[in-house]
Amino acid sequence: MKKTIIAAVALALTAAACAPGSDSPSGGASAPSTVQTDAAALGQVELTVWDQEVRGGQAAQMAAQIKGFEAKYPNIKIKRVSRSFDDLKTTLRLALSGNDAPDVVQANNGRSDMGEFVKAGQLVPLDKWAEAYKWGDRYPASVLQYSRYSADGKTFGEGNLYGLPQVGEVVGLYYNKTKVPVPPTDWTDFENAMTKARAGGDVPLQLGNLDKWPAIHVFGTIQDQFVPADQITKLAFGRPGASWKTPENLKAAETLVSWVNTGYFNTGFNGQGYDPAWQDFGKGKGTFLIAGTWLQADLQKALGDKVGFMLPPGAPAVTGGTGLPFAITNKAKNPDAAAAYINYITSPEAMKVLTSTGNLPIADTAAQQAPAGLAGDIFKSFGTAVGESKLVPYLDYATPTMYDTLGAALQDLLAKKATPQQFLDKLEADYTKFAGK
Amino acid sequence: MSSPPGEPRRIGYLYILPALLVYGAFLLYPLIRAVHLSLFEWDGITLGKFVGLSNYLDVVRDAGLRAAFGHALVLIVFYAVLPVLIGLALATVLQRARVRGLGFFRTIVFLPQVVAMVVVAVAWRHIYAPDGPLNAVLGGSRGWLGDYTFALPAVGVIGTWFETGLVTVLLLAGMARIPAERYEAARLDGAGPVAEFFAVVLPAVRGEIAVAVTLTVIAALRTFDLVYVTTSGGPGTSTSVPSYEVYHRAFELGQVGSAAAIGVCLTALIFLITLGVNRIADRGTA
Repeated sequence: MKKTIIAAVALALTAAACAPGSDSPSGGASAPSTVQTDAAALGQVELTVWDQEVRGGQAAQMAAQIKGFEAKYPNIKIKRVSRSFDDLKTTLRLALSGNDAPDVVQANNGRSDMGEFVKAGQLVPLDKWAEAYKWGDRYPASVLQYSRYSADGKTFGEGNLYGLPQVGEVVGLYYNKTKVPVPPTDWTDFENAMTKARAGGDVPLQLGNLDKWPAIHVFGTIQDQFVPADQITKLAFGRPGASWKTPENLKAAETLVSWVNTGYFNTGFNGQGYDPAWQDFGKGKGTFLIAGTWLQADLQKALGDKVGFMLPPGAPAVTGGTGLPFAITNKAKNPDAAAAYINYITSPEAMKVLTSTGNLPIADTAAQQAPAGLAGDIFKSFGTAVGESKLVPYLDYATPTMYDTLGAALQDLLAKKATPQQFLDKLEADYTKFAGK
Repeated sequence: MSSPPGEPRRIGYLYILPALLVYGAFLLYPLIRAVHLSLFEWDGITLGKFVGLSNYLDVVRDAGLRAAFGHALVLIVFYAVLPVLIGLALATVLQRARVRGLGFFRTIVFLPQVVAMVVVAVAWRHIYAPDGPLNAVLGGSRGWLGDYTFALPAVGVIGTWFETGLVTVLLLAGMARIPAERYEAARLDGAGPVAEFFAVVLPAVRGEIAVAVTLTVIAALRTFDLVYVTTSGGPGTSTSVPSYEVYHRAFELGQVGSAAAIGVCLTALIFLITLGVNRIADRGTA
């Protein structure tokens, strides 16, 4: 009996002895030589699109775009599959390697998603269409870099274009207008305002860091103040040629620690959840909150006209990014139709639809009829961020492991379990291991 | 008609074939496949590279992973040892006191088991919050789950709360089976409540304790949802556990081979521990 089992196991092992992944294509997908931009002349096409636009305004704009597209090109039918962000992220990998892969997908920009797909040759470079449709004129280069990879997927932020996003996001400063009637104009002013808030018994800066990542945005905001933008960009895209161990980065880390020492944060912030923290701010507890534009709707609802948004004062650069870009898969039966769809949902008309449904359009932001109040602040800030100042990427993009390394290292730094020097050593180790010297 | 029923013996395999097929397809094959994958360096998409046992060597060498296994062992104290102790005490009291509405108390004690772990975790996250109920009682604003000393015990206590009900109900069932004569005999011999517990109750529920320990130890070692929702392994890496690392490596970092290796190690560890527990329990009854 024992022998039979061993034989069965051996058989199973040999049957599966081929290396995993041997049925997938290798090397980058090649770009098409010619492209067709007249979508009406493409004949009957059915496009399968996977997106994650499931929430209120997102879902509304997507439905409106698809309706408009199908009315304009009756020969193209859109078969839409929408999933939540997390569901999309976990299922996309399998879907792309299957034979029945969707034509257009929304893929997260980061190395562990889009980077991996590019490496596996599962996404088609869009540069030919970008040229034909003149996407470069509509989109600032600082925005397009978030969807650029080299053909082998190794270099992020440069190379071929693999996707086009619809919406933008930027990390800035929410402030409570009843406590800060005049928003700070420079960095010292900002720190003074926090000191004053502290003296008045309020929480100067709300932070909920139990989920590990929120402090990345706080540190990023401080770093933008002290470290040159091109260095941050290199570090954040994980490209060689920069270093964490610079006097400027040290200054940023030391500033963060000094904020802890001065008592700018709420007590127990490492044990406070992200949502409870901004909800506290929404209830009027706390003077400032460093967070992204994604909280706009919720904070508007909670605080009404008592909340304002601004870019961190006096910063030469600001942390931000794009919504998930739309990409074309190598299994797309009609890439020209797929490109026409992407072109349509990112056109100037589409940006108007985005605005009217409460989203932050990534292109032509300044040209939109900006809404009043908080949304107006955010439109203006984003326009400035992609225009005059420099948009720098999220620091956790850098390497596949940086999200954890940085999150854990920041919790250590904030709890004073690590010195600023040790903090930078940890990040440098992760960065050089990936990017080389 | 010529052969007696059940002959030839080999026909027995035919009877278990359906079950064996299901078992093989959903348990044996994935297990073998996991062992196979653990020998490769594979990102889940492109061609994998055969690396032999190096993924296993990394499990031993990686200080972070060793720490994760250490945390799982600490959790055994909270998931298995404490619930068994508390469960023994609770069950004995409930059994002896002959309280009115035993069924009601049994339900109350068992209730945590009915609630999904994610719900439990979200609720406790709220309890542990700096401005949460626990601090309101103790007076203070410690962020328990963000505290380097208390985060792991705080997660453990949730496990204790969760598992105690299961253990208590198991033990109650065991104690209900003890014939009344044994108590009587013990009392005639002059045993007090404590002596009675050690002489009558404890030996009688040995089997139930083994089952309880096995179930709770497995729960401790494969803890994932609780850590995922409450701390994501933080602060720093002070609550990271092996199962979380499996998920993290396979689905977030794209290190499928390494994740499989951790999973196989974890399976082996659970197997060994439960084997040990059952050996000890069997020795007593045999």
